Amino acid sequence: MIVAEQKKMDEILRSIRGYRSVAVVACGTCVAVSMSGGEKEALKIASIIRHRAKLDGLDTRVTVTSAIRQCDMEFLDELDDAPGMVDSDCVLSLGCGAGVQFMVEKYPYKVVVPGLNTTFLGVNRAPGYWTEMCQGCGNCVLERTGGICPVSRCCKSHFNGPCGGSSGGKCEIDPDIGCAWQMIYDRLKRIGQEDRLLDINEARDWRTSRDGGPRGHIRADIVVAEDTQRE
Amino acid sequence: MSEAGYTNLRRVLENGHFSFTAEIGPPMSGSAENVREKARKLKGYADAANITDNQTAIVRMSSIAAGYIASCEGVEPVIQMTCRDRNRIALQSDLLGAYSLGLRNVLILSGDHQSFGNHQASKNVYDVDSVQFLDGARRMAREGVFMGGSKLKDPVDFFLGTTANPFADPEELQLIRLEKKIRAGAKFVQTQGIYDVEKFRRWMKLVRERGIHERAYIIAGVVVNKTQKSIEMTAVVPGMDIPEHIIGRMRAAEKKDEEGVNIALDLIGEIRTIEGIAGVHVMAIGWESIVATIAERAGMLPRPVFERPCAFRGE
Ligand code: SF4
Ligand code: SF4
Repeated sequence: MIVAEQKKMDEILRSIRGYRSVAVVACGTCVAVSMSGGEKEALKIASIIRHRAKLDGLDTRVTVTSAIRQCDMEFLDELDDAPGMVDSDCVLSLGCGAGVQFMVEKYPYKVVVPGLNTTFLGVNRAPGYWTEMCQGCGNCVLERTGGICPVSRCCKSHFNGPCGGSSGGKCEIDPDIGCAWQMIYDRLKRIGQEDRLLDINEARDWRTSRDGGPRGHIRADIVVAEDTQRE
Repeated sequence: MSEAGYTNLRRVLENGHFSFTAEIGPPMSGSAENVREKARKLKGYADAANITDNQTAIVRMSSIAAGYIASCEGVEPVIQMTCRDRNRIALQSDLLGAYSLGLRNVLILSGDHQSFGNHQASKNVYDVDSVQFLDGARRMAREGVFMGGSKLKDPVDFFLGTTANPFADPEELQLIRLEKKIRAGAKFVQTQGIYDVEKFRRWMKLVRERGIHERAYIIAGVVVNKTQKSIEMTAVVPGMDIPEHIIGRMRAAEKKDEEGVNIALDLIGEIRTIEGIAGVHVMAIGWESIVATIAERAGMLPRPVFERPCAFRGE
């Protein structure tokens, strides 16, 4: 899932300052699961904004709505009927970066500000603990590396084994981070694929990653031609 | 190989001499005089000197610029190039630049992560890793092609090397990776500074069992510490392993600098006897003046000279 963290309240308050009607919009998918942008969090943020407005003697209107997914226009269209939405002059989106931007496309004349910092594609390891697993590089190599990602989990994105700083299973930059190459080594041995360690992995083609510019997919079997105009 | 890649260091090694190299840390300034001064202290005492590339991710004068200055002073440089700060376009461009200045020894390494340095907020490039860049540099020299596939207009040649850390984990995978680096193009290998000779001996046994020493020259790194603080700071560098008895020796010594030299000489003496070692690489960063003493007391003098740095010859 996409993992995100709530921005500091001070920063949020700064970015909505001066607007008279703020619509706080939660997202019910990834960020709700990573406990940063769901309805619960939205209600809490809204009450802090109201409280702060009162202290400052302002009568800012604050409403809370939730979209099932902010990255899907079908669900954003449902927002039009939500109380306070149409009249708001500022939308505080608690979606990931994609959700915030789709909200911008949905409401081209409203100010839309982010309430979260989108951090990574990751997993939930324990209550309150998420870690990064993938950078969406667009050319997955997990079949070669025993299912452990060298792009996102090695601090130097090495493709041909560990740097000289790998020690006792830990990465040189932080003893709390496991060395990805130690994990790849252990895992390939366990599944009887240690021969893969001998392969020289050639320099990568990063075009499939962000380096090739913003990416998009078109599924010819599904798409309707006039829908493929991108912003 | 064309003549162009024949550096002094390469000739020393190929002629079966035990190599003796040193290191120059470029200044945190644009002072050519600073580099000249360090180079003058090494001239005649070292076969070549590594010029570090923003070591520990601290911004310093570029290794190619400093290497050229050293070569003007008659010290053959080994240009270090890390994969941390440059993508393949910049790395290959800098290789061409180094070649044009007559700098032909190139040591390719991953580089310390920028979180160790003074620009922690910088982007971490790693477009290619050190195996991939070695492969690219070798193909530029051998096949005359860039990594992107187009042809070089004129040939280049390099004497390529890399690093190895005998104390890093997992041991077997580190050796596999070293072999990959050699397959990719490394002809010489400089190790992390050795303090734990017993552990190093065991590692060299594994190196010999795999025949690695027959495919590349293995040069052992030896750090010279001047103070108690310097040895303690070295001890916390990732991948460094200093046995307690050596730290204790330094602690007990009255004259730390003398003891630092004695420790280095003892290490060199022991390392020399290990089968498969082709030379020692002395790292006395900030204490270049001691290299001559170490060369002398270790019986390394006079140094054989096969080639003079290009710039020094006025080419
Ligand atoms: S290799 Fe690429 S796609 Fe696969 S997990 Fe890693 S970053 Fe994600
Ligand atoms: S210690 Fe391991 S995870 Fe960390 S940079 Fe080196 S190889 Fe990558």
